[in-house]
Amino acid sequence: MNKFGSYPQIGRRGFLAGSAALVGLSQMPRAARAQPKTGGTLRLSVNQGGTSDTLNPAEANGSQQIMVGWALRNNLTEIGTDNKLKPELATNWSSEDAQTWVFKLRPGVTFHNGKSLTSDDVIASLNLHRGEESTSGAKALLAGVDTIAAEGTDTVVVTLSSPNADFPFILSDYHFQIMPVGDDGELDMSGTGTGGYILESWKPGVKTVLKRNPDYWKEGAAHFDTVELLLISDSSAATTALVTGEIDAVQSAEYKTLSLLGRDKNVEIESISGGFHPVFAMQTSQAPFNDNNVRLALKYGVDREALVKQVLRGHGTVANDHPVAPSMPFYDASLEQRAYDPDKAKFHLKEAGLDSLTIPLSVSDSLFAGAVDAVTLYREHAAPAGIDLEVAREPGDGYWSDVWMKKPFFTSSWGARPVPDMIFATAYSKGGDWNESQFSNDKFQQLMLAARSELDEAKRAQMYGDMQVILRDEGGSVIPFFRNFVYARRADVQHGDNVASNWSLDGYKAIERWWKA
Amino acid sequence: MPYLLRLFVKRLALGLLTLFVVSLVIFLSIELLPGDVAQQVLGQSATPENLAAFRRELGLDQPAFSRYLDWLGGFLQGDLGNSLISGLPISELISERMYNTFFLAGFAALISVPLAVMLGVVSALYRETALDKTINVVALTAISVPEFFVGYILVWLLAVEFALFPSIANLSDGASLGDRIYRTFLPALTLTLIVTAHMMRMTRASLINLLALPYVEMAKLKGASQRRLIVVHALPNAIAPIVTVIAINLAYLIVGVVIVEVVFVYPGMGQLLVDSVAKRDFTVVQTACLIFAATYILFNLASDLISIASNPRLLHRK
Repeated sequence: MNKFGSYPQIGRRGFLAGSAALVGLSQMPRAARAQPKTGGTLRLSVNQGGTSDTLNPAEANGSQQIMVGWALRNNLTEIGTDNKLKPELATNWSSEDAQTWVFKLRPGVTFHNGKSLTSDDVIASLNLHRGEESTSGAKALLAGVDTIAAEGTDTVVVTLSSPNADFPFILSDYHFQIMPVGDDGELDMSGTGTGGYILESWKPGVKTVLKRNPDYWKEGAAHFDTVELLLISDSSAATTALVTGEIDAVQSAEYKTLSLLGRDKNVEIESISGGFHPVFAMQTSQAPFNDNNVRLALKYGVDREALVKQVLRGHGTVANDHPVAPSMPFYDASLEQRAYDPDKAKFHLKEAGLDSLTIPLSVSDSLFAGAVDAVTLYREHAAPAGIDLEVAREPGDGYWSDVWMKKPFFTSSWGARPVPDMIFATAYSKGGDWNESQFSNDKFQQLMLAARSELDEAKRAQMYGDMQVILRDEGGSVIPFFRNFVYARRADVQHGDNVASNWSLDGYKAIERWWKA
Repeated sequence: MPYLLRLFVKRLALGLLTLFVVSLVIFLSIELLPGDVAQQVLGQSATPENLAAFRRELGLDQPAFSRYLDWLGGFLQGDLGNSLISGLPISELISERMYNTFFLAGFAALISVPLAVMLGVVSALYRETALDKTINVVALTAISVPEFFVGYILVWLLAVEFALFPSIANLSDGASLGDRIYRTFLPALTLTLIVTAHMMRMTRASLINLLALPYVEMAKLKGASQRRLIVVHALPNAIAPIVTVIAINLAYLIVGVVIVEVVFVYPGMGQLLVDSVAKRDFTVVQTACLIFAATYILFNLASDLISIASNPRLLHRK
């Protein structure tokens, strides 16, 4: 459940004291766990979002929108607490060639307004993210969709322009929530859904109140009577409110105060290994990064263990310059981990015909907590190899529009994806909109396309393993670590044996998965 | 009082002109910030195609001056417009926040203004005594510490250690007045600690100044008590400077409390403004800033009018 044990060398006494509760929790025998109980109020604090957030899933991009969206609505598929793909509004799906996908809809599901779920609702909800006029943040994910058609009221057939064996995974993305079509043919985006909770009041940036849906179709889900979701951007305020019992769970706990928080008997801390990772991306199309030796020099010049220890205080795992996290399918555990080696870095620099390299690395603290610290440490690590990294601090405001993919060498961050193909296609494929390192590798491209149409799992594992090797050895991305999701809850708020690791707070589904003892 | 009325109308007209200039400055500042609404909303998921569709939808592909004129035209007809991002009417978006902001400011003012004037009078009355020094040291300490720190200290003491008050406001719909006062007590107390010193010192200083004047000496010689001396003879003449300082502090309570809002998770205007600037939601920023500017203008005007009304020499000019 957590990757805590990977770093036993963390010698801070306070820290260990703080984590003791956590270790104890994960070793608790199953029988000791309380069974889910219905009732009570969950008061939850999230820290991403603002006043201008809407209920339109095409615009969703922070925890406030995602968590509320998933409390109100369902997708066709979802990622379960075991990180595997589960049926949600689709009971099953099949494809002969990975190109034409047939989804059977769950019978007897009704929306909050009493309307029955039909294939029309599904088609309209998915079409929100397609077409020229669409402003959806998930438009690129459905770019490979040719047609979406209904076969009766309970079957949806999706035809892709090229095969994609992971297509059902894509539909578990938080953008693809299913909403009802009104009598006027327009999608109802006011919050009506098939989900476990009904919207009582929506005040983005302040507080959202949800009431349990008594007719929820999903079994063993939606236990709280009422849920209040608060947006608290100040982490001290959120932590204090948790300690004083004003709220029941916080989305993210600060590393610095974790040991103090762990001493509180009424608070439980969770540290869940996840796929969130920062990237130091080089534009491989320009000098000096068009020389793979320079890329390797920069990859050998970072001490990943030290970054995990100092920036994450142990709440993470080292990464291997590819974006496939250990919690993801097709992760190749046999791949040798690259270690910090300034001599090798120096050697590769020399191979590239350089004695030393001076290069600015753009970064902003808005990317993730400790981003500037990470780059500053990287600078120290790379110095013995003759690499002078200048820490270029950029304003967080406008970082994605003015720095990201504009500067030659910059920091970025990526959330978890359920399958490797989704991150490969987004950030590493030739011609991809967010191919931040301008990575262009024919073999990689071929493998990526071939793996999509391959339905044999063993063969796919082999292919994804090969792709991880290519990115590790030739990619333009230095990926130092995968960060854990670290969050905290009151001890009387409980969850099942597993919690999902695709997002914080049980895959952002704590609202329907957790309960109050 | 025709003179006061004339002054009032003249100053009000000037205030409107100021508001117009403010709106222009705000518009230009937002234009100067890097990135626009589309980029801020889409963030990392922005593609050129996506950005273009978004801008078309919001009319951002129009030139800047025509967007400003559009907004101004609507504003002059009383239409505040809609939020660029959520599409909600701004009047709806702002009214509740404004109520919250004015409630907290009013609550803090009700505690701090009488407290400050009283402490000022007391410390002038017993000046250079241990009591005077204590009042001054405490008040100046409170104002010298950053406001978020004052907030944290109060939270630690009154919410964590003694559990007397909630650490975050978390107002619910239809909360009773009593509940509201209970839940906003800590932020109001924080604000009180921040603004009291300024008003208290000004009261004290102006009183002490007046106490050195011959007419006060005259009153003293005719046998007036120290208390009567200050409250009846000196205080009325000190109204002008005290009111000026109170006006500045009241405006601050409305405009400058964003940090206190963040610490206590209080949904006021400051938080809304910060959010909207970050997202470049121009129409919301405009309205919020104009409300803030109008607050300053009105408080200044009020304090000037009171100062003049309290001073017969200014009131009856030749």
